[in-house]
Amino acid sequence: MTVRPAVLAIILGMALVTYLPRMLPLVVLSRVQLPPLVLKWLSYVPVSVLAALLAKELLMTDAGLAFPPAHPHLLAALPAFIVAATTRSLMGTVIAGIAAMALLRLVL
Amino acid sequence: MATLETAVTRQPSSFLEGVRAAGPVMLGYLPIGFAFGVLARTAGLTVAEIGLMSVLVYAGSAQFIGAAMIGAGAPAPAIISTTFLVNLRHLLMSTALVPSLRQNRAWQNSLLAFGITDETFALNSALLRGQPASPAFVAGVHVSAQASWVLASVAGALVGQMAANTEALGLDFALPAMFIGLLVPQISGAERWKKVLSALVAAAVSIGILLLSPGSGWAIIGATVVGATVGVLLK
Repeated sequence: MTVRPAVLAIILGMALVTYLPRMLPLVVLSRVQLPPLVLKWLSYVPVSVLAALLAKELLMTDAGLAFPPAHPHLLAALPAFIVAATTRSLMGTVIAGIAAMALLRLVL
Repeated sequence: MATLETAVTRQPSSFLEGVRAAGPVMLGYLPIGFAFGVLARTAGLTVAEIGLMSVLVYAGSAQFIGAAMIGAGAPAPAIISTTFLVNLRHLLMSTALVPSLRQNRAWQNSLLAFGITDETFALNSALLRGQPASPAFVAGVHVSAQASWVLASVAGALVGQMAANTEALGLDFALPAMFIGLLVPQISGAERWKKVLSALVAAAVSIGILLLSPGSGWAIIGATVVGATVGVLLK
């Protein structure tokens, strides 16, 4: 159970620069009244973040754009989308996606 | 497991409801956390260092990059500035949580802020929809998600090699599937086409940035700023 001092210093530095952007807006901006336009803008942030993360997962690998069969994510997304749209169950969507991916890896 | 539909009819409030809501995130973190532990061990980090990084830094992609850079003997300022850039996107998520968390005390929010990740933000923002949230619920989500991350990465560090082919099991698709499950119900209401356009633009911008600059820390930030701005500008 050893922690080298140099590595500890790096980890503490990483922790600090990761924590500040997480903490400062929430703590500082909670003290001020945000204008309606900013609130409206913020209401589009979750959808945009989700879409950006999802596009990256479905279409990209470290080597660039990737599609089925090499990168079956886009195909596995179909049943997940259908389950999400019809049931709105989060766990159901996750299970459908995992099952579809396992199946695709088996057949592709 | 509660559906999003039932979860939004009454604002969730207790710590245990948060733990239950975090199920998909916990499941998704297991294979990634484990893989991080294995990779960081291969890069030469000790089990204690790996556990410490998952406790104190707690950021998936930055930890993968950081461990690889430590293994390669990169200088500390380079590792720390890379981490900063990769994690800067949390600024936007932290800001977007203000409407739900502003009524909390500053010390509560400074603790809750530690647990903001792509996945917990996606979950919290979809469940809370800008309505006031109890700190206990968000704490339940954050504590259980990070517990899963820390345990999985320490397990990976101890085992030192992949114990099972998690890809064959489809487990690597847990988080993308969760993003789908969170995104789809948000495309609703009278202004749903604005949400659709905002999402499509954000997706396109994120792919565009990643194609121009592979692995860029700006992809999610740029995509979110442009996507949200498009949503506001549409009449």
